[in-house]
Amino acid sequence: MSRRILIVDDEPNIVISLEFLMKKEGFETAVAVDGDDALRKAAEFAPDLILLDVMMPKKSGFEVCQALRTDPATASVKIIMLTAKGRETEVAKGLALGADAYVTKPFSTKDLVLLIKSHLA
Amino acid sequence: MIRSRLKAQRLAFLFLMGCFFFNYPLLSVFNQGGVIYGLPPLYVWLMVSWLALIVQMAWVVERKGD
Amino acid sequence: MLQGWVIVFASFVYLGVLFAIAWYADRRADAGRSLISNPLVYALSLGVYCTTWTFYGSVGRAVASGIGYLPIYLGPTLLFALAGFVLVKMIRVAKANRITSIADFVASRYGKSQVLGGLVTVIAVVGVVPYIALQLKAVSNSFAILSSYPEIVMPAMSGTIPLFQDSALYVAMILAAFTILFGTRHLDATERHEGMVAAIAVESIVKLVAFLAAGIFVVWGVHEGIGDIFAQADAVPEIARRLTTADSPATYGTWGTLVFLSLFAALLLPRQFQIAVVENVDISHLSRAVWMFPLYLFLINLFVLPVALAGLLHFQGGGVDADTFVLTLPMAHQQEMLALFVFIGGLSAATGMVIVETIALSTMVCNDLVMPLLLRMPILGLATRSDLSGLLLAIRRWAIAIILGLGYLYFRMAGEAYALVSIGLISFAAVAQFAPVVIGGLFWKGGTRDGALAGLTAGFVLWTYTLLLPSFAKSGWMPAGFIEHGLFGIDLLRPQHLLGLTGLDEITHSLVWSLLANLGTYIGVSLLRAPNLREARQATLFVGGAEAAGIPGWRGSAGVADLLPLAGRFIGFERAQEAFARHAHERGLRGIEELPADTRLVNFAETLLAGAIGSASARVMVASVVTEEPLGIDEVMNILDEASQVRRYASEVEQKSAELTRATAELREANAQLRQLDRMKDDFISTVSHELRTPLTSIRAFSEMLQEDPKTDLAQRSRFLGIIVSESIRLTRLISQILDLAKLESGRAEWTVESVDVGEVLSDATESMAVLFTEKRVTLEIETCEPGLAVQADCDRLIQVMVNLLSNALKFAPAGSGHVKVGARGTANEVRVHVTDNGPGVPLADQELIFDKFRQGAGTADVLTDKPQGTGLGLPISRQIIEYFHGRLWVESSPAAGTSFVFTLPRLTGDNDASKNS
Repeated sequence: MSRRILIVDDEPNIVISLEFLMKKEGFETAVAVDGDDALRKAAEFAPDLILLDVMMPKKSGFEVCQALRTDPATASVKIIMLTAKGRETEVAKGLALGADAYVTKPFSTKDLVLLIKSHLA
Repeated sequence: MIRSRLKAQRLAFLFLMGCFFFNYPLLSVFNQGGVIYGLPPLYVWLMVSWLALIVQMAWVVERKGD
Repeated sequence: MLQGWVIVFASFVYLGVLFAIAWYADRRADAGRSLISNPLVYALSLGVYCTTWTFYGSVGRAVASGIGYLPIYLGPTLLFALAGFVLVKMIRVAKANRITSIADFVASRYGKSQVLGGLVTVIAVVGVVPYIALQLKAVSNSFAILSSYPEIVMPAMSGTIPLFQDSALYVAMILAAFTILFGTRHLDATERHEGMVAAIAVESIVKLVAFLAAGIFVVWGVHEGIGDIFAQADAVPEIARRLTTADSPATYGTWGTLVFLSLFAALLLPRQFQIAVVENVDISHLSRAVWMFPLYLFLINLFVLPVALAGLLHFQGGGVDADTFVLTLPMAHQQEMLALFVFIGGLSAATGMVIVETIALSTMVCNDLVMPLLLRMPILGLATRSDLSGLLLAIRRWAIAIILGLGYLYFRMAGEAYALVSIGLISFAAVAQFAPVVIGGLFWKGGTRDGALAGLTAGFVLWTYTLLLPSFAKSGWMPAGFIEHGLFGIDLLRPQHLLGLTGLDEITHSLVWSLLANLGTYIGVSLLRAPNLREARQATLFVGGAEAAGIPGWRGSAGVADLLPLAGRFIGFERAQEAFARHAHERGLRGIEELPADTRLVNFAETLLAGAIGSASARVMVASVVTEEPLGIDEVMNILDEASQVRRYASEVEQKSAELTRATAELREANAQLRQLDRMKDDFISTVSHELRTPLTSIRAFSEMLQEDPKTDLAQRSRFLGIIVSESIRLTRLISQILDLAKLESGRAEWTVESVDVGEVLSDATESMAVLFTEKRVTLEIETCEPGLAVQADCDRLIQVMVNLLSNALKFAPAGSGHVKVGARGTANEVRVHVTDNGPGVPLADQELIFDKFRQGAGTADVLTDKPQGTGLGLPISRQIIEYFHGRLWVESSPAAGTSFVFTLPRLTGDNDASKNS
């Protein structure tokens, strides 16, 4: 049974690249393009891991992360936050809100895959 | 020295006592005719209370300490 | 056998002894070994309060009203209970300012006012004259009675005796001569008289012992003790009433009035002020006087009532004036030596009072009345005369003679109509008028010169009308009608029942009205204006103890060369030199010549002079040196000027401080703005980095995937490469726009400003965008464009704005069904251009936000496919450009009608028709 990964980002080209990358590694993927969409897909799709962008319309990645952690159904899902803002405070905030890891854009595809695998192991 | 605030205030208290001693209505209490033990009460009252006041004033200013 | 010459001889021997004591004490003082510098002498000298009023008059008063003589001594006792608050402060202030008299005190307190000092002097002289008359009457009467020994004959009415047979006249002349010898032998800068004080202390002992001797003789010599006298008195109903006092509200009212009247008198009578304040050697002496002086009063009053009762018992049927019982009782029992001793005691009571009172008054008359007048008469040239100390002494001697002369005159006129005590009370009521300005001046900073003048005048006028004039009238020297029927026959103006007030004795009645008017006007008039600079300074010196130390009195300065001769003219050159040398020594300098010309020296000289001629005159004299201004109106102007200078300076300081406050506030605001800008810059950089990282992420991800997997199929590969290329273009555009914006914002952008035809801009822009519109199948049309619309602008920049707006419209216009309309219209002074699409529209809340950097309008529901392309910098840049050319750019939008971006620019009109030229 393949692992499920939910990709959340509002940037189409990044979504395409992540989707392609995950599929190549044999994961099942779903895509959400904003915060509300992300919460909906997280409930429907029941992913094992979520790649979560921070800067998004409607709900920021932080808000999504917090909502996921407070909902018992999704509280245990792994969350890797992706952000183009590399400031220390943002990293600390993400981790404090319950993210499992924090990756700064642009990222190395190889490292990202390794990180995902380690969290799903 | 009466430059000490406490002494000055004690003296001022004696001032108030004196105003009370030497004026109506206390005065009218002793303002009676006749003599008691051979002395007129008003005269005795004024002289005794006056002297008592002077003694207390002396006690206040001459006391050592403070 | 007591013959006249024996009494006269004894009197002169007594006076001679006194003079010797005074002379010795003065010698000791000059040698620096003061005889009077101890608390006992100070307390005894305060006994000058007890005059012949006490010595003879108290018995008379006791005969008239029983115990009613006593309040006059209870009041001073209460005053000394308040010593810690009133006397201590008064002495300290007087010492610090070299106050020489009660007039000087008042004048100095209210801004060193000469007028005020003069007024106080006049009131004091007029008020105290009856009191001096009382002494003359007592001495001459007692002399007359004693010289008729062994007969007891009351003297004839003084008014009926020919002038040169009146012993009172000779008493007055002898006392004048004696006082002049005592008090005006030389002029002292401190105005202290050590010899006099020593003599007064001795006199206090003499009169106390004399009275006690008479009392003891009467009680145990004539009777069998106090109890015997009281028992006998109680047996005679007519006499027994003296054991009580009338039990009525009026009596108690009078009693209370006398207590407080005497309290003030013991402080404000010129001689009391002189002894208690001016002659005080060391303020610490006061503390023992607090109980010793009341004790003295207690002792001298101990036998008053018994003697009065014994006199009444002995001289039943009258014929003997009760005021003379102290003398006549020993005479009636053939005790001639005791009678002589009592006479000497009475003489000492009288001389003590007259000496101190007239010396104090002569100082006031000289310093506060005569000298200010003389100094203001340029004809006399006093201001330039080299030695005035002789003149000062002459003035004082004449003053003493004149005051005693006035006392004699009053004695001849009014002396017989009143008992001793009643005469004294008239004087008490007069000096009580000083109470509001003196006590108020010590504790209230708001009092002004005008208030003090008005209060004193009001009180004095009412005192004269209700007490002094009636005393003349009763003596027959004035028509008595106005007492009965009021002035001009107006009943309400009856002097002893003013406004119909009845039920009070004349003293209480007078005091009620005069002090009410006095206090009321003093406070009322003072409150009319704020104290001026000088008054405020003096108020601080008098009211506020320690804080006053640092207040400079002078803003100018003068050197020793000016000040020493000035002081020398008044107090003698040698004394002045000594004083200056002492001052130099106190300041740690070696000699007079080292003294700098500073304000401290001027202040010192002023205080030195104040001791000799009073503070008000001293101020004027020092001013003449310090400012080199002639006296008179100029001096007044000078003082005014000084005040206004200080005011101006103060207001400048105030203004500066306000400016400083304002500058601080501005700085704080600027700082806050800077911090805000800093935060914004931080946010901007963070946003920029985010915007740059986003395309980079895609580029890197796809590049890496292509690198990892060379076997990617061709279609996939060209798709990835396409994304990489478009993201690179996006990145490039982003960077160039950021740079562009930075240049615009910092004002470093280059502009080519010329007349631009708007129609051409529109067509150029639409042409360059045509391909993109065709690709997305969106129609683009220029719907209206008036010809000849010209603006002053940079053509390329305007095209840039149009391209931004068109790509923005294209971005939101629906593919296939979208259409975008462009138009330009002109009004009289502006050109209006709009770009309208039929996209989803911009919510009202976002209509300003979209002009912020990196804010892009949220797209349609499917953001993934329809995410607005662009950098989020187009609109902010466009707005910067339009605003640079003084135009406006805004958005009008509604969901139904789509979105319209509109900008306006000022229209170029007139002869310079740009459309034809370009």
